[in-house]
Amino acid sequence: MSDDATFMLDGRPIRFVAGQSILEAATAAGTFIPNLCHHPEFKPHGSCKLCTVKVNGRASSACTTRARAGQEVASDTPELNRHRRTLLQMLFVEGNHFCPGCEKSGNCRLQALAYDLEMLNPHYEHFYPPRPIDASHPDVLIDFNRCILCALCVRASRDVDGKSVFALAGRGTAQHLVVDCPSGKLGDSDFAMTDKAAAVCPVGAILPKRVGFSVPIGERTFDVEPISAHAAHAAETRG
Amino acid sequence: MTTNEAALDTVLADLLARHGRDPGRLLQILLDVQARFARVPPEAVPKLAAALCLPIGEVESTVEFYSFLSRTSVGEYRVLFSDNITDRMLGNLTIFDHMAKRLGVRAGEVSDDGLVSLDTTSCTGMCDQGPAILVNGIAVTRMTLRRADQVCELIRSRVPVAEWPADFFRVDHNIRRADMLLAADFTPGSALKAAIGLGRDRFLEEMRISNLRGRGGAGFTTAVKWEAARNAAGDERYIVCNADEGEPGTFKDRVLLQYYPERVFEGMALAAYVIGARHGLLYLRGEYLYLRPRLEEKLTELRALGVLGRSIFGVDDFAFDIEIHMGAGAYVCGEETALIESLEGKAGRPRIRPPFPVTSGYRGRPTVVNNVETLAKVSEIALNGGAWYRGYGTRQSTGTKILSVSGDCARPGIYEYPFGVRISQVLEDCGARRPRAVQISGASGQCLTPREFGRRIAFEDVPTAGALMIFGDHRDMFEVALNFARFFRHESCGFCTPCRVGTTIQAKIMDKIAAGHGTQYEMNELEHLHEVMRTASHCGLGQTAGQAIADTITEFRGDYEKRLARKDFEPAFDLDAALDRARDITGRDDADSRLVDEGWHARETTR
Repeated sequence: MSDDATFMLDGRPIRFVAGQSILEAATAAGTFIPNLCHHPEFKPHGSCKLCTVKVNGRASSACTTRARAGQEVASDTPELNRHRRTLLQMLFVEGNHFCPGCEKSGNCRLQALAYDLEMLNPHYEHFYPPRPIDASHPDVLIDFNRCILCALCVRASRDVDGKSVFALAGRGTAQHLVVDCPSGKLGDSDFAMTDKAAAVCPVGAILPKRVGFSVPIGERTFDVEPISAHAAHAAETRG
Repeated sequence: MTTNEAALDTVLADLLARHGRDPGRLLQILLDVQARFARVPPEAVPKLAAALCLPIGEVESTVEFYSFLSRTSVGEYRVLFSDNITDRMLGNLTIFDHMAKRLGVRAGEVSDDGLVSLDTTSCTGMCDQGPAILVNGIAVTRMTLRRADQVCELIRSRVPVAEWPADFFRVDHNIRRADMLLAADFTPGSALKAAIGLGRDRFLEEMRISNLRGRGGAGFTTAVKWEAARNAAGDERYIVCNADEGEPGTFKDRVLLQYYPERVFEGMALAAYVIGARHGLLYLRGEYLYLRPRLEEKLTELRALGVLGRSIFGVDDFAFDIEIHMGAGAYVCGEETALIESLEGKAGRPRIRPPFPVTSGYRGRPTVVNNVETLAKVSEIALNGGAWYRGYGTRQSTGTKILSVSGDCARPGIYEYPFGVRISQVLEDCGARRPRAVQISGASGQCLTPREFGRRIAFEDVPTAGALMIFGDHRDMFEVALNFARFFRHESCGFCTPCRVGTTIQAKIMDKIAAGHGTQYEMNELEHLHEVMRTASHCGLGQTAGQAIADTITEFRGDYEKRLARKDFEPAFDLDAALDRARDITGRDDADSRLVDEGWHARETTR
């Protein structure tokens, strides 16, 4: 194992272990690269594009690019952060995100990134897509209005739960989450509250029922500290 | 059309048997279902999922991805108008409206009696003989108002498409300039025999000497790709011919497949010989369905000749055969990893690379994906050697390139030139008078103005997959960019944020400018969107989706500016358009139901 290998991230050396992605190595070193569709336990998806960095001048996703010794990686630059704000604005206008009424507010990674990257408004015209919610399951609610198509639930259900309850279907902005059963309703699938897929949604699309404001708004994870600082602290805790 | 459950079961049982219950053939099965029922009946989805041991969600994912599959009925006759800018320039909209009126059906809808539906589709590759349509998937060329009347009459009389006048389906090759490939005679089997005479290593060496580069646009060296696949670990290897010629304005692969199929198939066999593949797959775009029967016949002929089969030409360990897979209306499948996903029966979303197909492609095995034209060229190298081949073209771009020329010129069609030909030469040969701009390599390519016509077609100067669309000095380049913007919105696969949302916002902004409500603000927005999409998109589709707009803003700013409102800013929200649904519900469309200053969305064309 070549654990003495390093690459440069925004001028700082980052040590990495062979096989790690740039995002994994940066996260382990306590440096936050914005991301939404990434989860340390799952195969990278590379679709949200928030983690787009420049590697030796070339744009690529930090979550799917292997770390290599000597790379010059730029991430926290005005240009890339401007792109990230635009990507966040795209996600906000594509769905129906009403933070004040959302149970996930304060724990939502989309909202947290928008604050952290100083997204001040949605900028683009809202699409206002009609997306009926699915409340058919006794324990879990799916509010498709908030789905950002990160496929984390798809991967969790397939790779951990072994159920493949979810899939992404449709093309372009018609893309949407589908449930694996003839009726297409979560209540008719074999999805369970204890599934990994019930716990990975970065936004408020998959939520447990009958839980409301057990932690008051203002005291939640990203209310207490910005997502970037939170990630750095998490790395410290892991040692 | 109502679907009888028992009839559905019978049809599905038959189809599943014919496709060997192979989940990898899901898309092929669904295409057969669509052809049989004019839709994919909702009950078919769980049945297919169960029979193929796939999650229902995955079957849904495939059904919803492809334009040629539909959940609701498309009628006994599905008429799709090719809507490339070249079709527009040939007046396809007039013919479309005429047919809509005569058939009493609106765009995107099915007639009340379920007889016919009418809609537009992305470029069908008939730009040199448009306007073109597809009727139940089969290409009809050279549409006129008169031909439209005849088509309406045939549909009304319920004459099966197979019995329509043959002339409707005539597809000309329009070869205007033939060079080393198109002008040469070819005996099937001769190239393969020559390569076998050399042996695998020496033939690969000839390939390397030839410096043949991929004709699909990227220009990757073919020999390097083959060698990588040959050296990759794997119990099975595959050769894939990319015949998903979806780039608007490109049609040279269609001519090669129709008139030179033995060249293409033999190229696949040659590649198989080198890398040790036993299976070849031709991924044919759905729009070229009319070619399929002839291609199947050709494969049968080649099997009889021993070009395909076991122990080919006496080589014991050389067995190879080719299977045809159909595409189903998805431009993104031209991207090689999306194409592989599609070959596996899934939605065509580009994979993350690495791994590259040469190490992990079709079914996770080493796979070579080559363009139709590239494979046709391989036979030349087998017959004449790499050094001979390198004698044509330029140092970095050897051999010849086939161009698909369309738009404002006297002689649209196919032109084969040695690489290095100047654009001005092509324009002169095809009879382009007073060209204002040339769009190179389709909607995703670059837009060149007269001061750049001295440049050369070559990987090192103006690279191209082969399309050359010419716009005369009377053309409005904003219309061109608008057409491309709508194309990309329709074709974005939706996988990554920048392309999925960016292509839609981009098209919305272009529509707003088209309606005369854009301002300088929108112009800046377009440039910023292009920058984000180019930088952050997952594949070439999103990376190039704003290129034509950026180019035309730079070169033909006036075409945009003449449409801009004389204001600093106009909101995107349109109060009058927001009342559409209320008008729809109340069945009103009188003057009082509209705001005095009619909203701009209302004038936006629905196409």
